[in-house]
Amino acid sequence: MEKVNVGQRILSANEQYAIKNSQLLIKQRKLCWNLISSPGSGKTTILARTITDLNAEIKMGVIEGDIQTEIDAERIRATNAPAIQINTEGACHLSAAQVHKALEQLPLDSLDIVFIENVGNLVCPTAFELGENGKIVVLSVAEGDDKPVKYPGIFAKSKVLLINKVDLLSANVVDFDLDRVRADARRLNKSIEIFPISARTGEGMQAWYGWLRDQLAQPRL
Amino acid sequence: MHETVVAQNMVEAIAQEARKHEGRPVRAKISCGELNAVNDEVLTFAFDAIAQGTPCEGMTLQIEHKPMQARCKQCAGTFPITLSNTQCPDCQSDDFELLPDAPLVLEEIEFEKE
Repeated sequence: MEKVNVGQRILSANEQYAIKNSQLLIKQRKLCWNLISSPGSGKTTILARTITDLNAEIKMGVIEGDIQTEIDAERIRATNAPAIQINTEGACHLSAAQVHKALEQLPLDSLDIVFIENVGNLVCPTAFELGENGKIVVLSVAEGDDKPVKYPGIFAKSKVLLINKVDLLSANVVDFDLDRVRADARRLNKSIEIFPISARTGEGMQAWYGWLRDQLAQPRL
Repeated sequence: MHETVVAQNMVEAIAQEARKHEGRPVRAKISCGELNAVNDEVLTFAFDAIAQGTPCEGMTLQIEHKPMQARCKQCAGTFPITLSNTQCPDCQSDDFELLPDAPLVLEEIEFEKE
């Protein structure tokens, strides 16, 4: 028997593309946010509303990841923003190589922010860096307030938590303890920014827009 | 389910390393951080399936999970942290910063000489 020490990073192929993406985005001075959530939390609705509301001020493009269909990209294009659809044909997450190809197809010159809407899944996308500036986790109140403790990884790694569909709380049709989610999300991630929003009614969206503006205004390399 | 991608990358990395050595790879040890969300059973199943017909067929996997680590902002010590216990064991402070999760690493391969 011969034992050989290797010490090689297993996902290095993905990491190399993530570095390429990051270099491209830095060179072009674009910010890139990777949205991760369960299916149906409202990622596309949040993006469509954000793009529409900030249309005069911030130019955004979207990379859409789904197992199948062009539905989400079409919803984004209806706002007149550019969108590239990636169909993963069964894969549970986007890879940095797929995002690299999509970045080359987006009109980066005319954009300020690139959003990546990952495949709906709270686990797998967390493990694949895409070259983004940060992850944004979306949790809708209908999913229940136990998600930060059940899926701690994505809450620990995200810069922002958007708690969507809060209009359902005012309507008193779901049981969801906002304070519990805030406390659990901050247990491992003290600096996570938390915005309760409703992309449907617009409630809370101004605070989220404020965060997007602040990020663009911050000095960059 | 991303374990299949991890397994695919492992088979490729081991096959590449195997070309530089004599003998047949029989065991591999990998390590990963908690946040990689690697499930041992799923990864082993995926690895066995993907390894068929490659030099990795029949290999045994050993998977080491590295705990999440945090740095205490009061005493600057590092300590393993869990959701249920976020207190620094030295100074009992709850003011910490989470350190980057350990990456997925192919640590070692054992080759059996013919």
